[in-house]
Amino acid sequence: MKNKYSIFSLIKNAFSYHENWQKAWKDPVIKKEYDAIIVGGGGHGLATAYYLAKKHNMKNIAVVEKGWIGGGNTGRNTTIIRSNYLWDASAGLYDHALKLWEGLSQEINYNVMFSQRGVMNLAHNLQDIRDLKRRTHANRLNGIDAVYLSTEEVKKFCPIINTSPDIRYPVLGGTLQRRAGTARHDAVAWGYARGADEMGVDIIQNCEVKGIKRNGDEVEGIETTRGFIKTKKIGVVAAGHSSVLANMAGLRLPLESKPLQALVSEPVKPVIDTVVMSNAVHAYVSQSDKGELVIGAGTDDYISYSQKGSHDIVEGTLNAILELYPIFSRMRMLRQWGGIVDICPDASPIISKTTIKGLYFNCGWGTGGFKATPGSGDLFAHTIANDAPHKLNAAFNLNRFISGDLVDEHGAAAVAH
Amino acid sequence: MFLITCPFCGEREQSEFKAGGEAHIERPKQPTELSDDEWAEYLFMRKNIKGIQFERWNHSHGCRKWFNVVRDTSNDEIKSVYKMGEKPPTI
Repeated sequence: MKNKYSIFSLIKNAFSYHENWQKAWKDPVIKKEYDAIIVGGGGHGLATAYYLAKKHNMKNIAVVEKGWIGGGNTGRNTTIIRSNYLWDASAGLYDHALKLWEGLSQEINYNVMFSQRGVMNLAHNLQDIRDLKRRTHANRLNGIDAVYLSTEEVKKFCPIINTSPDIRYPVLGGTLQRRAGTARHDAVAWGYARGADEMGVDIIQNCEVKGIKRNGDEVEGIETTRGFIKTKKIGVVAAGHSSVLANMAGLRLPLESKPLQALVSEPVKPVIDTVVMSNAVHAYVSQSDKGELVIGAGTDDYISYSQKGSHDIVEGTLNAILELYPIFSRMRMLRQWGGIVDICPDASPIISKTTIKGLYFNCGWGTGGFKATPGSGDLFAHTIANDAPHKLNAAFNLNRFISGDLVDEHGAAAVAH
Repeated sequence: MFLITCPFCGEREQSEFKAGGEAHIERPKQPTELSDDEWAEYLFMRKNIKGIQFERWNHSHGCRKWFNVVRDTSNDEIKSVYKMGEKPPTI
């Protein structure tokens, strides 16, 4: 039984210099067989395991992770959470996640520092205005909060934005989703891991999957760097490496893996209390609780697994940031990094069964998977447990690339992918 | 960030080029006769290799010509460059 985290446990542990905190998750001995194995110990994978154990009573399960949990894209994203997507299927999926975010800290007894500080999307030309207004109406019809802001309202909501009509891409308006915001990404992985571990899930780190064993059209287990593990159900949540794992099972996916970069500045006093995104100039910025500006750039256009992107992408993003926020002109950037994102042709994810029995894929989240973490885990757990999708992820199947029934969020999703 | 040797212009920065994705995907000769599965395979399914990849690039800010590159996608090291229509090298 895990000790509950509270103000009292914090005080109690302060007396022993915080040296006697209970371990948040164990380092388990690998069993010979599990009822299900989740490949990938990021936020989505750990959430999947958590909901499998909690809602579907599957306790004899494991999460295998090649590095350490939360060490991939979960710890590399810019932590933005929103659900203002255009299409009904996407709205259902992302707003389901947002609703779970709203109660997550209480549910898993772990402070994920979910902060509903609002996300603003800027319009820089007439087409942007039309698109954003259309999306605002679509959002409202789907029960998602969204308002359209004039230039003056944008300036009022975020005073440091340069709204001069003379800049290269003037701010002509914007949208605001007040329920959107940010969360602490590491805490999400750790919180779900702790919760899953408590229900008996084995979290196996430093265990890379080297092969997926099949018996005809069924899965039999996985070959790993720590030996063979038998199972009848495998849920792959491997982000940028999804195609590599699909290849092991002899499956092809419609994905391309590309570097996506982000950077943080030196910490400063609070200067921006919301998240501002711009589709046209592809730059977005928020401020972390430590005071660093968190800046997201775009993807490179070539396939790469090298976890480093091109300098010109960063340069372009910073040019845009400086034009929109001249106040940042003398700030220094502290760190810059890249993550590998798996992008679908329609910029929507895949949470789906495959043609192989017992093999499930949750991938294709592209540049915006973090926001969906709780919803993705919940729906993927449902899909694995019932061998059938939930109605909220039915549209996000692999078959859509054959039927043509795509969920085309390219450009429509409030930010270019 | 890496350098690419355009077969027509020589060594240039990668930012001068536009990536064209996986090479040697042949357009079906009779698209109307394909099943939906086969069409999806041609249109959407990709190898997305981690390792040696044969790919197309366009020198969009230079001579604007297309050519092929063999690159290791795990570290962005370029192994070979060859023109369109040439036989792919064995790597």
